[in-house]
Formats: sequence, C-alpha cells, structure tokens
Amino acid sequence: MSPEERFQSVLDAEDKIEPTDWMPDGYRQTLIRQIAQHAHSEVIGMQPEGNWISRAPTLHRKAILMAKVQDEAGHGLYLYSAAETLGVKRDELQELLHQGKHKYSSIFNYPTLSWADIGTIGWLVDGAAITNQVMLTRCSYGPYARGMVRICKEESFHQRQGYELLIRLCQGSEEQKALAQDSLDRWWWPSLMMFGPHDTESTHTEQSMAWKIKRVSNDDLRQQFVDMTVPQAEYLGLRIPDPDLRWDEARGHYDFGEIDWDEFWVVVRGDGPMNRERLAHKVAAWQEGAWVREAAIAHAEKRAVRGAA
Amino acid sequence: MTYEVPVAPGESAEIETSTDTTGVVWPMWEVFVRARRGVSHVHIGSLHAPDPETALQNARDVYTRRGEGVSVWVVPSSEVRTFEPDDAADYVEANEKVYRLATTYEIPDEVGQM
Repeated sequence: MSPEERFQSVLDAEDKIEPTDWMPDGYRQTLIRQIAQHAHSEVIGMQPEGNWISRAPTLHRKAILMAKVQDEAGHGLYLYSAAETLGVKRDELQELLHQGKHKYSSIFNYPTLSWADIGTIGWLVDGAAITNQVMLTRCSYGPYARGMVRICKEESFHQRQGYELLIRLCQGSEEQKALAQDSLDRWWWPSLMMFGPHDTESTHTEQSMAWKIKRVSNDDLRQQFVDMTVPQAEYLGLRIPDPDLRWDEARGHYDFGEIDWDEFWVVVRGDGPMNRERLAHKVAAWQEGAWVREAAIAHAEKRAVRGAA
Repeated sequence: MTYEVPVAPGESAEIETSTDTTGVVWPMWEVFVRARRGVSHVHIGSLHAPDPETALQNARDVYTRRGEGVSVWVVPSSEVRTFEPDDAADYVEANEKVYRLATTYEIPDEVGQM
C-alpha cells in the first residue's frame, strides 16, 4: 500500500491520523493553521474576561472567573502542543500571531462593557465554541481530537457558569435585567458570526470535510446553535435582537435573519473595535516576560552544571 | 465557532507557518498522569519548561486542575525513543503467529470453562 493509500484508508475507516504517519502536505498545513488559530483564540480570549477579574461583584464570582481564565490559558497550551506534533515550534506560531500574520477568532475583538458580558460570553461565545468543538472531537487528526475532548469538558463549566450568572441577573432588579438584555443585544450577532462565512462562501470547507478535519458545515453548525439557544433566551425572558427569528414548523428549525457580512469582514481584516488593542497587549506581555524566560533558562543551566560537577 | 481561518476577499490565502524565531526556547516535556491508585501512568500531553521542577509544576497546572490524577511524571521529549510498526516486517509476522493466541486452541465443551 502506498503512503497515500494508507492515509486514505485510515480516513475511510474513521480511524485517526497520528503525528508520525505520512500525510499530504496540504493536510498538515491546514491543520497547523487551524490549530494555531484555535490556540491563539484561547490565549487572546483571556483578555476580554480578564478585564472583569478585578471588578467581579463577589469573591465567589471572582474565583469562578479566575478559574475560567486559567482554563483558557490551559486550552491554548493543549492546542499549541497539538500543533507542535505537526513539526512546528510554539514560538514560531506565536511570532506569526504577533506579526499579525496569523489570526484568532474575531469574537475577541469586541469589548466587554458590562458585568453581564461575562455571563453572555460564557453562554453564547463558549456555547458556540462547544458546538464547534464537539464536532472537532471527531476530527481525523488524533492529537487535535484528543485535545478537544479535554477542552469540551471544561467548556461545559464555562457555559453553565455564564448562563447561571445571567439567570441571577434576570431574576434581579429591572436595571440588572436591562444590563443582561443590552449584553445580549451586543453579542448575539457576533456570536453567530463565529461560525464563519456561508457554506457557499467558505474557501476551505470542501477540502476540510474530505479530510475529515471538519465534520459539519458552517451553516449547519450555526443552525444547531440557534436552535439550541433560542429556548434558553426565552427561559431568561430576554429578547433576541432579530426581527426575522421565528420557528419554522416545516423545517423543524428556527429561521433567522442575515448576518451583517460587511461587519464580519471589517473585523476579520483587523478593523474591529478591539483588534489593535488585543494584539498590542499580547505582544507587550510577551516582550515584558522575556527576562523571566531567560532567567529560568539561566537558572536551569547553572543547576545542571552544579549537578554535573 | 469555526476555527478555520476566514480569508477576506482580496486577501492572500497563502499558508505561512514558518519564520525565524530568536530568543530563548524552553525544552519540551512529555506528561504522564496516574488517574487513580491501581492504574498505570498514561500519556496526557506535553508542555515547555526550563527545568524538571518547573515542568512538574506546569504539568499540575495545565493537566490536573480538576483532580485528574494522583501522580504525575514528566520526561524530556528528547529522551523518548519510538518504534513505529508501519513498515516493520517483524511486527506483521508477530501478528501472524496465531498459535500465540489462546483462542486458537479448541477445548471440548465437556471440559467446561478454561
């Protein structure tokens, strides 16, 4: 069997491709790019939430938020490790992010203006992430799929704490409920944008599906997410900001309005509300931490020499 | 959420994955966790750290935040040696030695469970 045939037979058998297997260069490069962008998203995703750690309303909520932000750092690390099994170095990928040559999920280029946003991010942003990541647990590349299993378990905590936070707000004063509604109004459409362009516009979908990196199309995932989320909004007593949203009895799904694709591309291209700030903060943190990385290595080398002597 | 990278109209879809990096790079460690007493350590992932002590601390923070283990090992990735059965004739032959398998021996029903 040729390497190409063996690769295809593994895919056909719904088996996993592992790091030392032969794989087409395009498969390797697509995975590196996707896993890196996923990792960058987790890392940049710490910023909008980190913004509220010092202002969480109670010690309990502060502890939850710190645990969640720590999880995001962990998710970034799992993912960089998965990317490294494909023969790249983590520092290379970070450098590409810092140079603006790699992207991260556009959702993190929106600001967190109120405490309710912390709830909404957990409910919608992590909810959308789970929808996609559950699919990715069936991805054909072993290390990526395994990373997703770990991440999905932890995302469940993220989504539930966010939704519960919103339940409390919606059961509170009129002002608190208004805060939750305002937050949903701002985050609803960007959350739907997280699933990417329409299938007809999506440049990579067909090849990624053939390689079983991606198992469900953008539009199908978006529909799943809407169907799951609308009843949850109803329970909260919040109104989804879409006049075209209605249950379609014939389809068995919710119909919903068109996304503002101009806004989508503006943010993807780097001109969203927070793009520059997010990247500048990331680069500054990396540069300011350089002395720590160097000191740790110097310390390890000194101890190795003493140990050998 | 899609983690595919959207390519804006007019933007190059070229894949760039390699660049020169300068500065210090911490070595990589493989992490093994014993989930509970009575089972072996199992490989759970990898991480970067400057020395074994930091590698262990990082392993606890990265891989056991929710009581996933009662014991952690870290091993320098550079020390791992690999055997891949892919093209190894020996390995295929080993699988053909069916007389090694208990199920190839027929024991009459009258003998009972063996």
